[in-house]
Amino acid sequence: MEVNKERVEEILEQYDFRQDALVPILMDTQNLCDDHYVEEETQRYIARRLNLTYVDIYEVSSFFSAINKAPKGKYHIQLCDSSVCRINKKDIIEEYLEDVLGIRVGETTADKMFTLEHTPCFGACDISPAIRINKKVYGHLTIQKVKQLLAELRGAKDE
Amino acid sequence: MNKTRRLISEYFDKYTVTEIDKYIDLGGFSGLKKALKEGPDFVIDSIQKAELRGRGGAAFPCFKKWTSAKNRPEPVKYVLVNADEGEPGTFKDRDLLAKDPYRIIEGLIIAGYTTGAKEGYIYIREEYDDIRRQMNEAIALAKSRNFLGNNILGTDFSFSIKAYTGAGAYVCGENTALIESMHGNVGRPRVKTPRVGERGLFDKPTMVNNVETYACVAAIMNHGWEAYANQGLNGHKGTKMISLCGNIMRPGVYEVPFGITVKEIIEEIGGGTRDLSLGKFIQSGGASCALIPYTHFDTPYTYDDFKKKGFDIGSGSIVVANGNVRVVDYLSSVSGFFEHESCGKCTPCREGTKRMHEIIDDLCLNRASDQQVNRLFEIADSMMDSSLCGLGQTAPTATLSAFKHFKEEIMESVTK
Amino acid sequence: MVKLTINNTPVEVPKSYSVLEACREAGFDVPTLCFMKEINEVGACRVCLVEIEGEKRLEASCVTPVKDGMVVKTNTKRVRDRVRTNVELLLENHNRECTTCPRSRNCELLNLAETLGIEELQFQGAKRERYYDDFSHSIVRDSSKCILCGKCVSTCKKVQGIGILGFQNRGYNSNVGPAFQAKMSDTDCVFCGQCVNVCPVGALTEKQDMHRVWDAIEDPEKYVVVQTAPAVRAALGEEFGNEIGTRTTGKMAAALRRLGFNNVFDTNFAADLTIMEEGHELLHRIQNNGVLPMITSCSPGWIRYCEFNHHDFLPNLSSCKSPHQMFGALVKTYYADKIKVDPKKMFVVSVMPCISKKTEAARPEMEQEHLRDVDAVITTRELAKMIKQAGINFNHLPDESFDKIMGEYTGAGVIFGATGGVMEAAIRTVADVLTGEDLETIEYHAVRGTDDIKEATIHVAGLDINVAVVHGTKPAGQLLELVRKGEKNYHFIEVMGCPGGCVNGGGQPQVPQKIRDTVDLKVERAKALYEEDQLMTLRKSHKNEEVKKLYDEFLGKPNSHKAHHLLHTHYTKRFK
Repeated sequence: MEVNKERVEEILEQYDFRQDALVPILMDTQNLCDDHYVEEETQRYIARRLNLTYVDIYEVSSFFSAINKAPKGKYHIQLCDSSVCRINKKDIIEEYLEDVLGIRVGETTADKMFTLEHTPCFGACDISPAIRINKKVYGHLTIQKVKQLLAELRGAKDE
Repeated sequence: MNKTRRLISEYFDKYTVTEIDKYIDLGGFSGLKKALKEGPDFVIDSIQKAELRGRGGAAFPCFKKWTSAKNRPEPVKYVLVNADEGEPGTFKDRDLLAKDPYRIIEGLIIAGYTTGAKEGYIYIREEYDDIRRQMNEAIALAKSRNFLGNNILGTDFSFSIKAYTGAGAYVCGENTALIESMHGNVGRPRVKTPRVGERGLFDKPTMVNNVETYACVAAIMNHGWEAYANQGLNGHKGTKMISLCGNIMRPGVYEVPFGITVKEIIEEIGGGTRDLSLGKFIQSGGASCALIPYTHFDTPYTYDDFKKKGFDIGSGSIVVANGNVRVVDYLSSVSGFFEHESCGKCTPCREGTKRMHEIIDDLCLNRASDQQVNRLFEIADSMMDSSLCGLGQTAPTATLSAFKHFKEEIMESVTK
Repeated sequence: MVKLTINNTPVEVPKSYSVLEACREAGFDVPTLCFMKEINEVGACRVCLVEIEGEKRLEASCVTPVKDGMVVKTNTKRVRDRVRTNVELLLENHNRECTTCPRSRNCELLNLAETLGIEELQFQGAKRERYYDDFSHSIVRDSSKCILCGKCVSTCKKVQGIGILGFQNRGYNSNVGPAFQAKMSDTDCVFCGQCVNVCPVGALTEKQDMHRVWDAIEDPEKYVVVQTAPAVRAALGEEFGNEIGTRTTGKMAAALRRLGFNNVFDTNFAADLTIMEEGHELLHRIQNNGVLPMITSCSPGWIRYCEFNHHDFLPNLSSCKSPHQMFGALVKTYYADKIKVDPKKMFVVSVMPCISKKTEAARPEMEQEHLRDVDAVITTRELAKMIKQAGINFNHLPDESFDKIMGEYTGAGVIFGATGGVMEAAIRTVADVLTGEDLETIEYHAVRGTDDIKEATIHVAGLDINVAVVHGTKPAGQLLELVRKGEKNYHFIEVMGCPGGCVNGGGQPQVPQKIRDTVDLKVERAKALYEEDQLMTLRKSHKNEEVKKLYDEFLGKPNSHKAHHLLHTHYTKRFK
């Protein structure tokens, strides 16, 4: 998503335009974006402002998995795919989500509301199976609970 | 009857981040005060007598690292909390940071004071972003009470702490990669010399410890090394924070004394598996560690007993799998994890994690050949023997242990 | 000094040595793929593995410092097995179309696989996503052949100070390329080709133009003229098994004739001409308060670098086209008229040590009357391939000379191929012009050699001319910064885009890293050029009789209107 340059400037200033703060700068900028994605033009802008080469910034932005490589839906659903959640039958949740959203893992709904993705363990194994939606963790998932959750998110959309 | 302990986790659920006074009332920051009064050598002497071993996984005696950090002649050095807790099935650092943030801060200040560092950093994984925010709040409050800032508690010691967020890369748990990412670079491990203890953050000597290590130091300073050493066994003084999860009735973070058996952990602390079976195997220590079959559940939970059998305490995680879990399916998730997390710098890890995952997935689909299994071993050998960093070196461990303990079951998946 | 044992052989080496260096000194060959001394010491490929007593794991010898009492083994079953597995892993993810790969003849991966006796790969799993970029005129990037050694990345960044290429993504999906998957031609790449020269495999190669040259030769309607840059003769022989630094001028001319070119000429002719034009431009600038320092413009990599990175120095660039472009322009006017051939039927081929020349030749301004100055540029490597394709036994050829008129050159033209050569040639002429004498001093050693920046002050006819010579874009950028800050004052600067100048250009024969680690290509190849210079009777550009005749009959005088029209150009601000 195109980001207001002034907002980016604020972030850059907050980090004193320090090159070593590139990772948090990119993360904070991404948080400004409804589609959870810092587009190429903005990345290039940040590179110029930090006096980094484009290669420098792309190396970093394409490496870290928390910096998204493509735009996501408004609700970015990350389903834990690690051993614990597999033991705790995340497959059932995954099937339900794919079914009810009409997309496969890795895809975004046509209305750009939901993106469903796998993610490695995010440390919520005590409430496994778990998902993160826009970084907020939801655990002890059951189909009923996911249904309710999606209804709430869809409800919020209508407001 | 209750097998858990409350030494490191004594203040869990007893205060919230805004209630710094409650932390102080509970006895918090008394360890720091003692340290400031008695001096750096006293701190190192205490952790040496407490026989504290690093909680990052390698379990080396702590006082050695602290002593060499203290002895570095450079005027500027740093102390760093590695809270990039990325091992699947591990979340005890999450609780340590979330439920007792001031203890970690206290431990870090003590470390700064002991080693002569004026700045400390807490590197928190991206997935714990809420905790980072909370940590910033705690840092600000601690500063307002002069536990941080200039001339702490009237001494000439000044110290500040910054919380830093990762961006989703397991390999950044490796110290050089962690520091690379704090420099704004890609988190790829660099060749091993110089060590971060000599040249780390911003090219200055940097002492890195796990979250739990700092919590232990605070406890040792607070209660005295004797109180700490009274727990556990000889050679394994104190307690260990564990993350218990998987197929278990009561998953969660627990503090256990060293020497407790795996069986006791599963049954008495965790309440047993959900299907009331004994459990089939556990993976202890993280994805990079061996599977422990149920036949070894009587092993005492100590570094040495585990090591003797090729097991690992590692990150303190215990993932319990019951009879419904096919070993190859479990291995698929482990090898998939490493494929996802390999940084891609060195050949054996970049290519090997992918090929291992492919072969294991063929095993899952019952279509792997004998030759593929042999290839799996060749690749595993090369990864362990020649990868650049610990990630690649240990990525095959779980798979190899599975072949050792569950060979018959796995070989059923091989096409004849 | 440190004492250690390698394969039961006691060795004593300096403390600063790596185990790899110690092994090599002890006479044991340890393979490497990613190692480049001081430039790419990353320990990534894991094929230089050795067993060190007391170490649990094998170590990458390239990044392991020697220690007193170390006991090293390079040839155990364990080492062989692991190296073999690692090479197999690279091969499994490698586009193994070796039969059609331009690098198969000297591919370092293929050679290593052969040495290890890898004759079969049993398994074929998934392969990484392929990026293929042949959009530029100079470089083809094929990620399916890349082994992620990182040598190109380090060379571009650390040697040339540019940084077009970087690692991207991670793990199995790792890839090397320009940021945001851009085409090379959409970046500020200067196409120096230093990355091509260090690539151990066929992931980075030049865009080949051989076929167009063959077609032109074959076409009875076309009159095909070839010119060869000075540096080509200093390296072409390597492609036929000759030692590095072997000079093959005569055989090269003979080979070109046998390939079927209608005329075999030498870019050196145009180099002499460049000195006339550039020298007079310099004098004009000095005498008329023009923009100084004047900076040479022979190197298209350097020009592109300046156009992208140093807009404030564009007015300082000499307006002279590079020699082969001048040459092309004259072939299609002056020479065409002389031999009464329709310039439209003429096809000019430049054999260059350079791949940036391919992009330069395609610049829109490099033409007159809708006729391109140069129709095709091929590299030294491509010429060698053509000679082989034609079945010419290069080493047994007689020494022949270039054709008359535009094959005539002086020693000053020859040394254009090495760093400092253009400067030295210019001084030889400018000094004579200013004094009005035929000075005996010919060699100016202050501007020779491979120091990053060389400086000299020439006292001539009451003038002190301050000159500097720099090679490689990184030191060039550093020097410009000094000039910009006013810390340095020069009249004239020679810049060559490649380290060492054209002799080490991106179109020169690729030399295996193992040899690059021990032989300084820049120095050895430059020797051949200075040797040729010494053998020449005429060693000053203004003594070139044919160039004189060119002015008398056609151009008038240096920097004349006609000369400007044909031989000079302009530059463009480019943005990253």
